[in-house]
Amino acid sequence: MATALSLSHLGSLMRGVRSVDEVGAEERAASLAKRSIKKASKLWALDLAIRCIDLTTLEGSDTPGKVAALCAKGIRPKPGDASIPSVASICIYPARVADAKAHLRGTSVRVASVATAFPSGQSFLDVKVAETREAVAAGADEVDMVIDRGAFLSGDHEKVYDEIVAVKEACGDAHLKVILETGELGTYDSVRRASILAMAAGADFIKTSTGKVQPAATLPASLVMMEAIRDFVRETGRPVGIKPAGGIRTSKQAIAYLVVLYETLGADWMTPERFRLGASTLLNDVLMQIEKERTGAYQSGDYFTID
Amino acid sequence: MAAIVKRQPTDLAKQIFEYAPAPESIDHVKIEPRYGLFIGGKMVAAHSKKRFPTINPATEQKLSEVVEADEVDVDRAVKAADKAFESWSAMAPSRRARYIFRISRILQERARELAVVETMDGGKPIKESRDVDIPLAAAHFFYYAGWADKLEWAFPNRKPRPLGVAGQVIPWNFPLLMLAWKIAPALAAGNTVVLKPAETTPLSALLFADICMQAELPPGVVNIVTGGGKTGSVVVTHPGVKKVAFTGSTEVGKLIQRSLAGTGKRLTLELGGKAANIVFDDAPLDAAVEGIVNGIYFNQGHVCCAGSRLLVQESIAEPLLEKLKLRLGTLRLGDPLDKNTDIGAINSKAQLEKIEELVESGVEEGAEIFQPECKLPERGYWFPPTLFTNVSQSYRIAREEIFGPVLSVLTFRTPAEAVEKANNTPYGLSAGVWTDKGSRILWMAERMRAGVVWANTFNRFDPTSPFGGYKESGFGREGGRHGLLPYLELV
Repeated sequence: MATALSLSHLGSLMRGVRSVDEVGAEERAASLAKRSIKKASKLWALDLAIRCIDLTTLEGSDTPGKVAALCAKGIRPKPGDASIPSVASICIYPARVADAKAHLRGTSVRVASVATAFPSGQSFLDVKVAETREAVAAGADEVDMVIDRGAFLSGDHEKVYDEIVAVKEACGDAHLKVILETGELGTYDSVRRASILAMAAGADFIKTSTGKVQPAATLPASLVMMEAIRDFVRETGRPVGIKPAGGIRTSKQAIAYLVVLYETLGADWMTPERFRLGASTLLNDVLMQIEKERTGAYQSGDYFTID
Repeated sequence: MAAIVKRQPTDLAKQIFEYAPAPESIDHVKIEPRYGLFIGGKMVAAHSKKRFPTINPATEQKLSEVVEADEVDVDRAVKAADKAFESWSAMAPSRRARYIFRISRILQERARELAVVETMDGGKPIKESRDVDIPLAAAHFFYYAGWADKLEWAFPNRKPRPLGVAGQVIPWNFPLLMLAWKIAPALAAGNTVVLKPAETTPLSALLFADICMQAELPPGVVNIVTGGGKTGSVVVTHPGVKKVAFTGSTEVGKLIQRSLAGTGKRLTLELGGKAANIVFDDAPLDAAVEGIVNGIYFNQGHVCCAGSRLLVQESIAEPLLEKLKLRLGTLRLGDPLDKNTDIGAINSKAQLEKIEELVESGVEEGAEIFQPECKLPERGYWFPPTLFTNVSQSYRIAREEIFGPVLSVLTFRTPAEAVEKANNTPYGLSAGVWTDKGSRILWMAERMRAGVVWANTFNRFDPTSPFGGYKESGFGREGGRHGLLPYLELV
């Protein structure tokens, strides 16, 4: 397998990654979560949150019908209200990519497919690469791969790196998001190291979690990843996006992520090109909050479609 | 990023993320137009006819008018305290504890009101008075309430006895918290108190007087007299006062110590500082940046233990300073009542002038100044977060306490040099050490001539932990079991 970095370079890259102070990171995230976002800024944040959502269904029970419903919701989250934007993408299993593509053609909503033996990543590289190729051939605009946490935790950084490089190559023009599964990495030091590794290997986005492991996305883990991005950009000049995913269900949580993003990476990252929220149930809460900001009253859940 | 198809941005998308104002409501706070003095369990009219205004430093608007207490007023207060001492010191300690517990519970219940008053009178951001000052003040009373009936276990084989009336003079940077640091251990030990709050921030102490009444604290146990330096000197020199506790400037501390010489009065002083925050090359840098910011820009730098000297290992100075400058750009300066404000108003005009004078001296002496782009409000007293590089040990900004949001950055090469530079100050209140190496933390802590050494954090307080200075930062400890000692005679 061809690697862009030699083994010794990779070793020194990993050793050079700065440590993270756990208490400090959690304190900083908690203090940013206390920002009070009101009125116009809240409406702005909620609108951005929708534009950044990767509307997700990743169930064994997913059917063409379920995907069709999700696509309709993603294109037009609130029927009859054109001021509500579409989501960024629909995120699904590879086998459902063709279904989604059929519904989304001609819209701004992209198709994102998980791949590489999602969610565990415990399979053979050939299989992972083949799965990626098939997903892209079926119409995926974006691929959400998982790293091999087993390899990472056993210290085999080279294997993780090589896999990302190989999958990136298999992606072609499709965008690659690399899922670190922070809930399985154990420490923020590892989160930071995995972030740098994924970015060095060519990730367009780094993503917190599969949503299948608890804890999924957390604010401090996302903060640590954003700080790694900040350092990576400083070193290389190549901007990398971030996608917190899993467990983000309320507008309040979504806004907290936007605040951390804004105060860590700045206004340039406040765009779906560099920020995504992986979520399945968040959208309706955001719609409800927008309605509340506009009218001053909460509407019943029955006014929002469940898809 | 080219692979992503650009969508037509909506109008909203063109805006940037501006936080809309989120002011804390002030409707629930009642500030009287004028206040008397709290003597003998009630608010009384003063003998002194002199009054002075207390203003909101963020708006320069007058909030209220308070008395400049004179000798007669202070004498009345000390007599009331002396009278109350008889029964308060003889009371069953567990009953005394109950009163102190009650005060802490009321502090918690009225936390919002107290936080707003503290912010209006002092200029500190509401997020700090809400999350730090008031909760810590309540925690202090809770903690010492617990000691009240355990004094004999605190000092085994000794008989602890209270001293009498304590005369206490507190500063304007943490008005209610400093009141708690002074009053809680004094009452727990069985003393009574005459307290003088700072000239520019008397309101939370006067609100505390109301809380004493609400708690039905026996009359005279706590007395509060307002005024300036003159009133303070009358309090500490009054012959009825058996113990003096002062927190404030080293200059005034020396005056007090001189005036008390030979009187037999017990004295504790908590004075200025010029703390070193020392960052080693293996430190977690992003956390260190937060710690540096918290160390010097917390409460506009009006903190005696502020990390006002940054000592950074030369090999990481460049990336650290780059991160720090970037971070300073995200600090939000403005209306202290706004929940998103990080940096509030400078406490007074006099303090602002002092900061400006020292910053000018830094520029003149040849240090390089950095201030982020920062719009200062038109009214009120403001100073932007400021950072000086190319600072030498000999510059005034590296030696004198600025007590403002001004950081002086120095570099070092080896741990030994860090120790030497950090200790090279007449002060010795606190220090910070940032490193991933546990053994180095202990090595440094052993050698720092400072009362508190924080490792990989800064400005963290807890009522169970003693706090106080070395050298010209004062003597005596507040907090923890040590904090009881200054208020007890051990027989």
